[in-house]
Amino acid sequence: METSKITGERIAEYLKQGKRFDGRKPEEFRKIEIETGVSKKAEGSARVKIGKTEVIVGVKMDVMEPYPDSADRGNLIVSAELLPLSSERFESGPPRFPAIEIGRLTDRAIRESKFIQMEKLCIKEGEKVWAIYIDIYSLNDDGNLMDAAEIGAVAALKTARMPKYDEETERVVYGEFTDKKIPLQKEPPIMITAYKIGDSWIVDPTLEEEDISQVKVSIGATPEGIISSIQKGEASEISIEEFEDVIELTEEIRKKVFSNIKNSLE
Amino acid sequence: MTTKTFKRPDGRKPEEIRPMSAKVGVVPNADGSAMFSFGDTVAIAAVYGPRKMHPQHSQNPEKGTLRCNYNMFSFSVAERARPGPNRRSTEISKITEWALEPIVMIKKYPNMVVDVHIGILQANASTRCAGINAAALALAHAGIPMKEMVSSVSIGKLDKNLVVDVVKEEEDWEEGEGATDIPITLTNSGKITHIQLDGKITSEELKQVLKLAKKVNKEIYEVQKKALKESVKF
Repeated sequence: METSKITGERIAEYLKQGKRFDGRKPEEFRKIEIETGVSKKAEGSARVKIGKTEVIVGVKMDVMEPYPDSADRGNLIVSAELLPLSSERFESGPPRFPAIEIGRLTDRAIRESKFIQMEKLCIKEGEKVWAIYIDIYSLNDDGNLMDAAEIGAVAALKTARMPKYDEETERVVYGEFTDKKIPLQKEPPIMITAYKIGDSWIVDPTLEEEDISQVKVSIGATPEGIISSIQKGEASEISIEEFEDVIELTEEIRKKVFSNIKNSLE
Repeated sequence: MTTKTFKRPDGRKPEEIRPMSAKVGVVPNADGSAMFSFGDTVAIAAVYGPRKMHPQHSQNPEKGTLRCNYNMFSFSVAERARPGPNRRSTEISKITEWALEPIVMIKKYPNMVVDVHIGILQANASTRCAGINAAALALAHAGIPMKEMVSSVSIGKLDKNLVVDVVKEEEDWEEGEGATDIPITLTNSGKITHIQLDGKITSEELKQVLKLAKKVNKEIYEVQKKALKESVKF
């Protein structure tokens, strides 16, 4: 069910006093829980819960031909599926925009931050490189699937073991893992999406809050504050000053989120 | 931030936009249409509507729907692009809707739809910006009530140097910090309706980017304004 107008007005009214229905502060996340290694068959996997929102992310690897414009680098393919089992709003069928948005934003946060050392995933230049597939599935949608998906991708990558590669047959030996980790940078990108409701900005919205928000900005950056991806979403304008404030706000929130999840990522 | 001495691959100054051209009324069948180009990047846009939204269950009784479709022609790039929609074009279509809707008085058309079709004829980066510029012109040409105009430009950070209106060669910049691509759409009163970023940047540098975008957007706005004036016969 879509959030009703009257609930929306109430949420906005409450936020004017800095209050949210669930008692959180505007800049406060719900509790984040990360469980890794949730699928034995996957090279890496993670289940991320943010409050009642839940996603599962798996990493699979394969060996394939590199793309022509990156002959000496590995390939990264990120996709997201919003499963009908996770919400009455989702239907089966080809991905619609919300799923594409989650996939592409996660892709860019990971790719543009150079978190994966793609140059180390080359087997034979121009012929064989490792491909990393990151697949995201929603298990329960209570808002902010976006940030949950990106954290899940980072956690799955961090805990992945590379599969065995048979040099003679030039094929991956599926089901046999090595002890080798995917070559990653130390600092992971963390995506924080800020949502505007009325005149207030919040993070980690519940589904109701997400429904009534008029504009959002997703920012992927390292906890140190190096920004690697940004996307403004929804059809509402924002002033340059306000945009700069949002960047600043998310920088602090990102540090807090990262210190909370740091241990579960190791 | 912009290093005045920075040499760009095509010899432009850091804050120099490629030669722009704009023309309205390029598709006679459409209710409004326009072409906009940054050098080799050429976009056309055609507006159909407002007309009744079909199917009926897609109708919104509270406001009209602005529906954009970004389509890169298969021959617009060096290696043939597969025709038809893909994840990238779906995202750009949505981004274009979001960039335009704040200025379009779409509330005036409950249960109706305004379709904006964008075609990229020739691509040398900044295609979404050229598409948005063409689409804004086409909407105005179609006589859809608008609060103001939007103008779109891509700002690039090549290593540490800021440049305006990036080309393909600059998108692939690898020296130093590499390339950061920031397409931005602003209303002519200076509000952001669209921003994306890919690359590596600090928040301080980002402030400079916004300042620069605001400055050069005025030039694009002038080109758009001129094209619209030329289309009006007295």
